[in-house]
Amino acid sequence: MSKIVVVTSGKGGVGKTTTSAAFAAGLAKRGFRTVVVDFDVGLRNLDLIMGCERRVVYDFVNVINGDANLNQALIKDKRLDNLCILPASQTRDKDALTQEGVEKVLDELRESFDYVVCDSPAGIERGAMLAAYYCDEAVVVTNPEVSSVRDSDRMLGLLASKTRRAERGEEPIREHLLLTRYSPQRVDKGEMLSVDDVREILAIELLGVIPESQAVLQASNAGVPVVLEESTDAGQAYDDAVARFLGEEREHRFLVEKRGFLGRLFGG
Amino acid sequence: MSFLRYFRSQKRNSASVAKERLQIIVARERAQRDGPDYLPAMREEILEVIRKYIPVDQDAVHMEVESEGDCEVLELNVTLPERGSDRAANRS
Ligand SMILES: Nc1ncnc2c1ncn2[C@@H]1O[C@H](COP(=O)(O)OP(=O)(O)OP(=O)(O)O)[C@@H](O)[C@H]1O
Ligand SMILES: [Mg+2]
Repeated sequence: MSKIVVVTSGKGGVGKTTTSAAFAAGLAKRGFRTVVVDFDVGLRNLDLIMGCERRVVYDFVNVINGDANLNQALIKDKRLDNLCILPASQTRDKDALTQEGVEKVLDELRESFDYVVCDSPAGIERGAMLAAYYCDEAVVVTNPEVSSVRDSDRMLGLLASKTRRAERGEEPIREHLLLTRYSPQRVDKGEMLSVDDVREILAIELLGVIPESQAVLQASNAGVPVVLEESTDAGQAYDDAVARFLGEEREHRFLVEKRGFLGRLFGG
Repeated sequence: MSFLRYFRSQKRNSASVAKERLQIIVARERAQRDGPDYLPAMREEILEVIRKYIPVDQDAVHMEVESEGDCEVLELNVTLPERGSDRAANRS
């Protein structure tokens, strides 16, 4: 049975697109037929993070308007056979995505994919709500910082009331917390909210903690989903998160800073 | 815990301030969104009535609907100005 997963946050710039790319690649790597859909109309970026920006011909809005069919718009990933990308439109018309159009495209994607990963735009306006409306599961990307946590909580409220499942009184969406850009060193110094703090406040299941990592910028420079950079900390953390998402038990890594004896004694 | 952190932790760190502030605002926003739609307007009116008698702050009235078993309870908290503060100050 296919599943629609929205990657959302409320606040902008917290790592939704990075996470969408990593998650989609991680699912595809495990053999699931996966498509990742860019809902950020006017600010297409997922194509760059996935490294397929030069192969975009048609986009999401073209498919909705009937200018192209889905097969023409889907871009096949060069690294993973069963991974596709549906790019966002660069139109400045924010109303280009219609509710019926989105439903039609998602229904069609469900037929050929196991997972449909939706990269939400920032905010809690129409675009973000369209990305979330049809979802079965939600990955709420949060940074350990006051405004991000508050916005995530607001988004959780909307997921519980303004999605199709909520409106129809169906089984609620499964919500997962993904804490990203985490710096154990700063948590240790008392400068940053800890994973336990955020967990206590948001009170949803913790899917994973992605450390603040140079590997993310490097992977985005190269157009490679960071989860495929298997030797990096962020890559491994995303891989763990995908495994947990699929029901595997994995211990949380990267929650403490690695340092030597003197560092432990004098570091603060 | 490290040797230096032991002394440093005497001072409250910024993360714990952040956590406390978040807990308060998130609880308030949850109560608002889970509560009935008329709550904000009712809160404003109650605030106006109270202000006829006591000069309280804009955020002095806190309302929340809680379910306890079968019944719903409307909880109303009003924070009065500190004793000794100039009560006439806000009166117009
Ligand atoms: N774990 C991390 N470590 C370091 N940098 C990160 C990490 N995660 C994301 N970033 C950086 O943060 C920036 C924003 O990431 P990204 O584009 O994924 O966020 P977004 O939530 O999709 O943003 P928007 O709301 O604009 O769509 C990028 O520069 C990215 O490289
Ligand atoms: Mg994005």
